[in-house]
Amino acid sequence: MANRLMFEKPLGMRDTLPFFYQQKRKAREAVSNKIESWGYQFLDTPMMEYLETVGEASAIEETQLFKLLDQQGHTLVLRPDLTSPIARVAASQLKEQGYPLRLSYDGPVFRAQQIEGGKPAQFEQVGVEYIGENSIYADAEVIALQIETLKAAGLNEFQLTVGHIGYVKGLLKEVFGDEEETQEEFLRYLYRKNYVGFRKALEQVELSGENKARMKQLLSLRGQKDVLATAEEITTNGACHRATRELKQLQNLLESYGVSEYVSFDLNLISHMSYYTGILFEGYAPHLGSLLCNGGRYDQLLPSFQSTASATGFAIRVDRLVEAMEQHADQVGPVLVMYEPHTFDQGLQVAQELRAEGEQVILQNKAYYEEGQNSYKQVIDLTEGGASVE
Amino acid sequence: MNNWLTIAMPKGRIFEEAAELLQKVGYDFTDVEDSRKLILDFPEYKVRLMMAKPMDVVTYVEYGAADCGIAGKDVLLEQDRDVYEVLDLKISGCYLAVAGLPDKPLSKIAPKIATKYPRVASEYFREQGEQIEIIPLNGSIELAPLIGLTDRIVDIVSSGQTLRENGLVEYEKIADITSRFIVNPVSYRIKNEQLDPLIEALSEYV
Repeated sequence: MANRLMFEKPLGMRDTLPFFYQQKRKAREAVSNKIESWGYQFLDTPMMEYLETVGEASAIEETQLFKLLDQQGHTLVLRPDLTSPIARVAASQLKEQGYPLRLSYDGPVFRAQQIEGGKPAQFEQVGVEYIGENSIYADAEVIALQIETLKAAGLNEFQLTVGHIGYVKGLLKEVFGDEEETQEEFLRYLYRKNYVGFRKALEQVELSGENKARMKQLLSLRGQKDVLATAEEITTNGACHRATRELKQLQNLLESYGVSEYVSFDLNLISHMSYYTGILFEGYAPHLGSLLCNGGRYDQLLPSFQSTASATGFAIRVDRLVEAMEQHADQVGPVLVMYEPHTFDQGLQVAQELRAEGEQVILQNKAYYEEGQNSYKQVIDLTEGGASVE
Repeated sequence: MNNWLTIAMPKGRIFEEAAELLQKVGYDFTDVEDSRKLILDFPEYKVRLMMAKPMDVVTYVEYGAADCGIAGKDVLLEQDRDVYEVLDLKISGCYLAVAGLPDKPLSKIAPKIATKYPRVASEYFREQGEQIEIIPLNGSIELAPLIGLTDRIVDIVSSGQTLRENGLVEYEKIADITSRFIVNPVSYRIKNEQLDPLIEALSEYV
């Protein structure tokens, strides 16, 4: 194998240098403070889990998992998300606590390395899980909180698109009856965003003109709340009507929260083939080519950990949030106090006083100081011939 | 530039047909062909064109460097990228096929296939129950069976002339290929006001 050059890191791994670190910390703090103010409790789980438990329960495909072996030969995974570890905790250590649980997290997750750039193998997510309440009020709270966190982080322009997996599945069942494979095929076209394939497959199946028209209409069921009425009109089954009723209730609740301007609907939104079981959503920001955040109701996950609780939640990609935010370069910098050996005591006193006032202060021996690209809020030079510079 | 649309256009042969189609829906890009500029702005339409290699259009769109673009289905099949495939523009028609020397069965030991489309080729043969080995090539794929490098090739066929002139025959057709209108998943939501009318207009002509 070729020798590594000293600056190389494993594929997909990134350093977080001070400037970006600060930006990330600010974004994370703004988001976490907002989450805490809604009464959610932060917790952390291990980086490594068993493949058989968290690995298999997670929404992330197995090819995307980072795997390793422990000394006993068990396959471990680096956690690919925090939702499944939290489901494990909620179903075990926290199961005696009364439901609903409002939990939140903030930490790195891992996805298998990709040769291509722009797809880091490790990134941070901040998110919440609202476990043990299957109600539209819980969905609305999570979506409203999602919006409030993005606002708190200083993001001005963003958009949330909300869908409902129950509607799509209900319509497919109404149109295709018991042909489960056909339903799955059309669901997959939607999941893969392949509208061309969807329409071509539609031409090939035997269906009444009315059913074909409805299937085509599904592709254009997106926009503001008026699409919900259309969505309801073109279906007659209970599952679809339950879904549209939920979405209408959601719209009303989001209006009460005062966040409905950020929300639009898309009834063919499929973020995952099987994970979500009800309302689901994705968040986007301009100039960001990929998803900023997503979430939704998942009722199949906790059963993998022998619990029957229903849950909903969201996750934000911190790196993308920072990228989406306007970069306010914090160029102020710390105060620099320069001393030489006989003025050290004086310098220390100045530095301690300023630190006590909340300033960031560097106390530096001038003999070792090199000019660099750092910027300082103020330079106090306590050396011979030195003058304090504002 | 916030409300502009960035469109990644394939350079070369496909461009002409694509530009003709866009002209029908009110965007006249026909006189830019001779330019060597890679980025062309059209303030009158609030459109920025990015001239890209056809193979790269999907990449620009997936990463959001372009909001939308025109890409061949061959590239979409090969690269499997996260973009909306919104419309079949039904231009630049051709197909992907398996070809080789006439009457030459696949080697029983380790059948080899030369192709620009390693993923499509492996998938196709796997579905046929054959495990094959790929020799990746970038052009003049027809050479490979002629000189005995591989048993078959998987490549784009339009008229079949290159195959004929080199004494090769087509064995199986894998998929019909046309150009597709593709959209970045974020632009699809954020720029729907600009994109929807364009998609709507295009769909009337295809």
